[in-house]
Amino acid sequence: MSEQPSAQSPATAPVQAPQQAAAVTQASLNKKAAPKSDYKPADVSPQRRVQRSYAIRLWSVRHSRALEWFYAKFADAFLLLHPLWKGIGYSRVEAPIKFVEKRVKGFMFDCRMCGQCVLSSTGMSCPMNCPKQLRNGPCGGVRANGNCEVEPDMPCVWVKAWEGSRNMVKGDAILNVQKPVDQSLRETSAWLRVTAQAAAAREAANARVSA
Amino acid sequence: MTGRQRDENPAGIDLPLDPLPGHSSRGRLERVLRRGEFAVTAELNPPDSANAQDVYERAKVFDGWVDGINAVDASGANCHMSSVGICALLTRMGYAPIMQISCRDRNRIAIQGDVLGAAAMGVSNILCLTGDGVQAGDQPGAKPVFDLDCMSLLETIRIMRDNAKFLSGRKLTTPPEVFLGAAINPFAPPYDFRPHRLGKKIAAGAQFVQSQYCFDVPMFRTYMERVRDLGYTEQCYVLCGVGPLASAKTAKWIRSNVPGIHIPDAVIKRLEGAADQKKEGKQIAIDIINEVKEIPGVSGIHVMAYRQEEYVAEIVDESGVLKGRRPWRREAGRDERMVADRLDHLLHDDPDQTPQNIVKEAAH
Repeated sequence: MSEQPSAQSPATAPVQAPQQAAAVTQASLNKKAAPKSDYKPADVSPQRRVQRSYAIRLWSVRHSRALEWFYAKFADAFLLLHPLWKGIGYSRVEAPIKFVEKRVKGFMFDCRMCGQCVLSSTGMSCPMNCPKQLRNGPCGGVRANGNCEVEPDMPCVWVKAWEGSRNMVKGDAILNVQKPVDQSLRETSAWLRVTAQAAAAREAANARVSA
Repeated sequence: MTGRQRDENPAGIDLPLDPLPGHSSRGRLERVLRRGEFAVTAELNPPDSANAQDVYERAKVFDGWVDGINAVDASGANCHMSSVGICALLTRMGYAPIMQISCRDRNRIAIQGDVLGAAAMGVSNILCLTGDGVQAGDQPGAKPVFDLDCMSLLETIRIMRDNAKFLSGRKLTTPPEVFLGAAINPFAPPYDFRPHRLGKKIAAGAQFVQSQYCFDVPMFRTYMERVRDLGYTEQCYVLCGVGPLASAKTAKWIRSNVPGIHIPDAVIKRLEGAADQKKEGKQIAIDIINEVKEIPGVSGIHVMAYRQEEYVAEIVDESGVLKGRRPWRREAGRDERMVADRLDHLLHDDPDQTPQNIVKEAAH
């Protein structure tokens, strides 16, 4: 058995292995072998969209308490309009609502339209901006300065979520375990979904009371 | 002739143990932890080969020193033999592997299938991880999956085990009996959220946790204080991650290149000052073990000696954490001895066993 080279490696390799790991890894070799080009993208990451500034996203987290208050009022208003949505037809209002929702939330939170908004449980910091799309973060790779391990210039979404949640009245919702993302709901309106569900719950409650 | 060891199925080392009341798995690691013994686990460096012998050789250095062997799932997003494959080989030999599952490479369909397959092979411990980003590894162009995260993965497997159902609600005829683990990192921000996050993992199903490398004992102590105050140490076994640093240079490289590992300046200074840095690295690991084992709520250690696996036995021995206890080790059993004797007889005595001859002999 001892003539197998790889079987010996744990015994003989360690002397130079860590230094080797420090200097030459396959990743660094690959990087060196990549063709030279004048165009160097500033940030290459499969799940990232081009973005320079996180200012508005961070502003939203800083004002999470105000946004929480506003969101509650906004949800109530949407629920009041439920007969209207139903009258016109949810399927017919979907397109314009989605248009507005995508742009408003995209501007405020860098929303990715997962269709199942958890902003109220995550301190108004959108978890879909995490490169690992963690719904229950932060991961163990957060840098000492609180930035992301994958994108070193971005403040960790979940560090911000924790900060934001501390300002909120119902901030302890961050302690609930979130379900995995339902990918089939992508690019749909979370506002309409929540409104329809709330209306259904209200009707069920009313039916129970009258029965 | 050796008798059977404690925590070994008399019918064969590769078979699961009898179920015990209150236990969720039939594995040795859960038995050791529930008995209140100080557990030791270690990490197997996965081979870059298709040779089963490589895995056996690497597991052999842990024989009799550890209660569980972590089979890592492409750690650092680098390709290696899969954790399912390693577990298949280790369970065959009677070892107690802790199968790591990371969410980076597979979606919920693949993961749930792997859990069933692993449990069928006799894997009793599963460690649920999110996994490093693909940018960390040798194939940064790969598609990161991250369909589940560590928390929803824990919950998924807990539902499979306790409710005998897939995440979709479809029924399982035999649920996987597994002891569920998770990872913690008390050494990364946000520090005040980390104990609550452990609480979330426990709520999701974690029964034991292994920590990231601990080099800063005061920091770990503060974390454990918070965890104890929240009452989590009664619901979950905490294993502290330790490991030897090969040199000051390696330590500095890890500090600047591996996010999530926190190495204080004092440790690097101590390494730099030593004549034999490798030996000093080992001594630091032993000193840290001696400190953390006294922290209330710590139920064991997890030794990660990457490419220094042969030191695990020394570290465990010199730190004396086992207190004379000897974990299960692979030994020839009575039946194996019998087979060997019989084979010896067949091979060397060259008996003529043709039917005619047997009848002739019996007639005499």
